[in-house]
Amino acid sequence: MTRPILDVENLHIRYGGAPTDAVRGVSFTLGRERLGIVGESGSGKSTVGRGLLRLLPSAKITADKMRFEDVELLSLTEEQMLGVRGRRMSMILQDPKFSLNPIRKVGDQVAETYLRHFKCSRKDALQKAIAMLEAVKIRDPERVCEQYPHEISGGMGQRVMIAMMLLADPDVVIADEPTSALDVTVRLQVLNILDGLVRDRGIGLIMISHDLNLVRNFCDRVLIMYAGRVVETLAARDLDKAQHPYTRGLIAAQPRIGGARAPLAVLDRRPEWLEEVSR
Amino acid sequence: MTVSVETRNLSITFGHGPTALKVLPDISFLVEPGECFGLVGESGSGKSTVLRCISMLTDFWKGEILINGKSVRDMPLIERCRTLQMVFQDPYGSLHPRQSVRTVLSEPLRIHKLTNHEERMQKVLSDVGLPGSFLDRFPHQLSGGQRQRVAIARALILEPSLLLLDEPTSALDVSVQAEILNLLQRLREEHGFTYIMVTHDLAVVDHMCDRFAVMLRGEITEILPREAIPGCEAVHPYSRELIGASLEYEGHV
Repeated sequence: MTRPILDVENLHIRYGGAPTDAVRGVSFTLGRERLGIVGESGSGKSTVGRGLLRLLPSAKITADKMRFEDVELLSLTEEQMLGVRGRRMSMILQDPKFSLNPIRKVGDQVAETYLRHFKCSRKDALQKAIAMLEAVKIRDPERVCEQYPHEISGGMGQRVMIAMMLLADPDVVIADEPTSALDVTVRLQVLNILDGLVRDRGIGLIMISHDLNLVRNFCDRVLIMYAGRVVETLAARDLDKAQHPYTRGLIAAQPRIGGARAPLAVLDRRPEWLEEVSR
Repeated sequence: MTVSVETRNLSITFGHGPTALKVLPDISFLVEPGECFGLVGESGSGKSTVLRCISMLTDFWKGEILINGKSVRDMPLIERCRTLQMVFQDPYGSLHPRQSVRTVLSEPLRIHKLTNHEERMQKVLSDVGLPGSFLDRFPHQLSGGQRQRVAIARALILEPSLLLLDEPTSALDVSVQAEILNLLQRLREEHGFTYIMVTHDLAVVDHMCDRFAVMLRGEITEILPREAIPGCEAVHPYSRELIGASLEYEGHV
């Protein structure tokens, strides 16, 4: 593998006023691959994603290393960070209902990404936006551009978000629970579109999710987080061969189609998991 | 006592005049006593509306809903509340933030003029696997799973026979979902409840339900036994699509 796009070492994040760190010593690298981060709510997985983009104004972020291509993210000024955020590294949020601006037309919102980062006319940016909406398989993109977020469905909204985030052609996309708000049938379509675009463009993807089936199917490698630490790193196809009792517990707790109807295994949380460091 | 539930030609329209929207055109199904019946379908297909009609939270429907042969419309409020109870999706939204567990659980007891409050509350808490000391806690002192247990305890305290479960685990982590599903399964074995469960997760249906109805735009496309899921034995194209997508998602294909 060539030099990783993203190299994070010993990342600590503490929210303002919190007595302990939300993320405690996370290290990982990201190449041109799809990396999943799974864990329960409160395990710090979303905090890692937001920390990478420095979207946590009140939090204290420290790390031995947080290198993104040629830049050290932690040493950038906020002004320099604006050139990275959305342009070279972007984030797809969970729920299109809450992350799209309800009072602006879809086309304008998507085009804004392009206008913000490249010198061009509004008309050109809108053309780019339309082309991108087409790439995420939205039928009749010209019409959708003129619509407001409440006029489009959830699945379409999420595709609009994807279009918006990929428009500036970033090198890393962080997807924070991109499909948890969607129905199963729509979820697969959206994931397949995201997957196709990420592969074609050679983007590094970080997929943050609590859904083991999702990371199994749509990621190459998986980090499992517990209480702010990475407890295990696995190839996604080896998820069933997980060693750590926490990972195994999560897998066993999941009801499966065609599974036995015996009571589901319940996690027996061990205090020592809190201090373990991944091998 | 176990009860059966039957809906006959249930229909409901929201709004008036030209903007009126028929959400459920014509729903009929029968749930056997002691059965766990699932309702699945995409968002907006009317699954939760069916539960809200059965529980009379929305009461302007047409048609018939019979519980053990008796129309819910004819049931006095007190009897209805002791026959059926509902558990909602989001335990963060369905508990009053300024009421302690004790307040939440004792209010129905007081309304229904039941005796032995303390004893009943302790029993129902131990039924849902929480220690008795939790009575004096407030929702913000509880985790998501504990909150959902309190919501289930609130439904159980009047000793109903029918529980209407509206996505009871979709706001919870897998590990916590397992605890709640086990709890619901155990309670059904111990008390012989009839469940009607709305969910979008077919793995949960396969784990919990005996039969399930697939809904699309307010209509039931098909009622299937749980055994039909692994082999995708549905006939209607939408049910096939839904089951197929779920199987693919789980990595069966």
